[in-house]
Amino acid sequence: MSTPRSQFLSDAQVATDDVAQRGFLRQALGGYYVSRDVQKARYRDWEQARDAAAMAKWNAVNRLDRTLTTFATNFERNGGKIHWARDSAEAREIISKICRDAGAKAIIKSKCMTTEEIHLNDALEAEGYGVVESDLGEFIQQLRKEPPFHFVFPCMHLKREAISELFTKHLGTAATDSPEELTMIARRHLRQLYVDADVGISGANFLVAETGQISITENEGNARLTCALPRVHIALAGIEKVIERLDDLAVLLPMLATAGAGQPMTCYNTLYAGPRQPGEPDGPSEFHVVLLDNKRTALLADPEQRDALHCIRCGACLNVCPIFKNIGGFAYGTTYQGPIGSVLTPHLRGLQQWNHLSGASSLCGACTEACPVRIDLHHHLLHNRRNAVLAHVSLFDRLFHGAFGWVIGRPKLFAFGGKVFRATLPLLKKLPLPYLSTWLKSRELPEAPKKSFRDEWKGSQS
Amino acid sequence: MRVSLFIPCFVDQLTPRVGMASAQVLKRLGHEVEFRDAQTCCGQPSFNSGHWDVARAAALRALDVFKGAEVVVGPSASCVAMMKKFYPEILAGHPRLQEAQDLAARTFEFGEFLVRKLGITDVGATFAGKATYHDGCHGLRELGLKEEPRQLLRAVKGLTLLESEEAETCCGFGGMFSVKFPMISTAMAQVKCDALVRSGADIIVSSDPSCLLQIGGYLTREGKAIRTLHLSEVLANGS
Ligand code: SF4
Repeated sequence: MSTPRSQFLSDAQVATDDVAQRGFLRQALGGYYVSRDVQKARYRDWEQARDAAAMAKWNAVNRLDRTLTTFATNFERNGGKIHWARDSAEAREIISKICRDAGAKAIIKSKCMTTEEIHLNDALEAEGYGVVESDLGEFIQQLRKEPPFHFVFPCMHLKREAISELFTKHLGTAATDSPEELTMIARRHLRQLYVDADVGISGANFLVAETGQISITENEGNARLTCALPRVHIALAGIEKVIERLDDLAVLLPMLATAGAGQPMTCYNTLYAGPRQPGEPDGPSEFHVVLLDNKRTALLADPEQRDALHCIRCGACLNVCPIFKNIGGFAYGTTYQGPIGSVLTPHLRGLQQWNHLSGASSLCGACTEACPVRIDLHHHLLHNRRNAVLAHVSLFDRLFHGAFGWVIGRPKLFAFGGKVFRATLPLLKKLPLPYLSTWLKSRELPEAPKKSFRDEWKGSQS
Repeated sequence: MRVSLFIPCFVDQLTPRVGMASAQVLKRLGHEVEFRDAQTCCGQPSFNSGHWDVARAAALRALDVFKGAEVVVGPSASCVAMMKKFYPEILAGHPRLQEAQDLAARTFEFGEFLVRKLGITDVGATFAGKATYHDGCHGLRELGLKEEPRQLLRAVKGLTLLESEEAETCCGFGGMFSVKFPMISTAMAQVKCDALVRSGADIIVSSDPSCLLQIGGYLTREGKAIRTLHLSEVLANGS
């Protein structure tokens, strides 16, 4: 039976064997590095901006009990309705009940990874609703019946030809290689669907406690239509999305855009305060915010890793991660890919089952260096590994590390073992030994020297 | 100064010349060099695998081994980072935490010691060739060393320093990661080594012998004849 771990290993094998696709991903990110650096250079001090962004999230997350209730009170004062969901099942049930009560038939969605986390589309479709993704990347992935490849750039793994072929197949449009035309095809297809939809479902980038507004940031304008046209608007957000003050957006919005996409600002940044007020010409008549816990409070209870809740889902850590760039997004098998996914998933979905993601890192730290809110990502992978060992150790590991610890505690034995190792290395290389033979499959080991350092040193001192 | 060498276990067993070269440079600069042979491994393989009890025992041993040492210098950014950054972390709340912090303050990576502690960038070395420097992740991101090794290399007579693309990209070694996730580790080595080859250098220099094990091992298997050398080996040459 395949476990998440065995599935990961075999998917990673397939992905890393695909040299062309790996090259394509590197190339696709090449332009991002350049524009990110240009934009970062426009900050008077990027590192201080990171401090400020981290502090804004720290303040909100470390007083989550108060920030959340402030947000809820203010949002309801604006005429919206707050729903609290303990887990995915509750969130799905809340959302389908709202849809049922609204007598909805068609649902349009803007980009929202939290809906991926709770597998909302499957649930709604099973109840007979038509659900359409309106973000271009998500729309493409929906047609392909694939999850997002990257939680910010859902179809970054696809070449233009593949998208054109997909549209020809599903929408009957003529082949094209122009990105503008591909965008227009999707727009034309989606336009009527916004009008037909009874319910619009969105995420939220930030929940502003002070004003009870939700902040949504996007490049295509599709979220505006999703939030404005249908009768009912539902926003689903993790509880960690809350921030204290409207002012915090002054640092968080540009940093989100720069770190994640190399933009000075995302194209559309909108604040939604509540349903249509008397006398207003447009906007939904009902506005619901569903606040999802789904183990986030358990993470909040862990002071060592609590900062993982600062994440603003910018995707910077994926963009710089050599693991992500070589295995791609699908191999993770998770809603959130890349370093933040490897930190979070063991918390959200079980440490023992998902700890391999914490192990699948060379701990290079590129993610931590890139994170605009200073999450100590690669060290958290170490913490996950330690926590997993504290909870359960395989017999092999117990013996391996036990023996290792025993030997390195005894210098004479260590030196003797080293001597035997060096003398027999040519033979050992031929044996199917764990680890050693794995190394030798793709790499050489240097010839063992006759003398170790300690021998040479002794010789040179006499 | 009296320098106590901290020689990583695999340097001891597989590339003793790196340890000898480090000692040679330090002596040439007029320092007294000692090697305390009770040392073995810093415990990093167990630490990285989550077995902090084994790593903690190794840390406590290291506190004994290096007790009283004026400064500790190691030719491996990774193992030095273990001592400097992670010993205090795994000994948090332990009665010997203060000792670990003191040791951390007295411990230096080889190039870091020369440039930051001694203020030396020219050690008077000569080396003919074109070199490119690979930033090991622990040196770069845990210890914050970027310019220091390059300053040292630029001062070497006869040596041209070239920058390679992906200089800051991980080589994919990652300790046990290299054998637990060999396909990812090898793919990373390939990206790294392709860039190193493209740089046009004929020598790859790093402060991390473990990265060199990975890079050298991959290049050799792929039949690419580029030498890999530790920073100390370049600096020990000539004069
Ligand atoms: S962990 Fe940091 S870098 Fe990664 S997505 Fe979250 S905010 Fe961005």
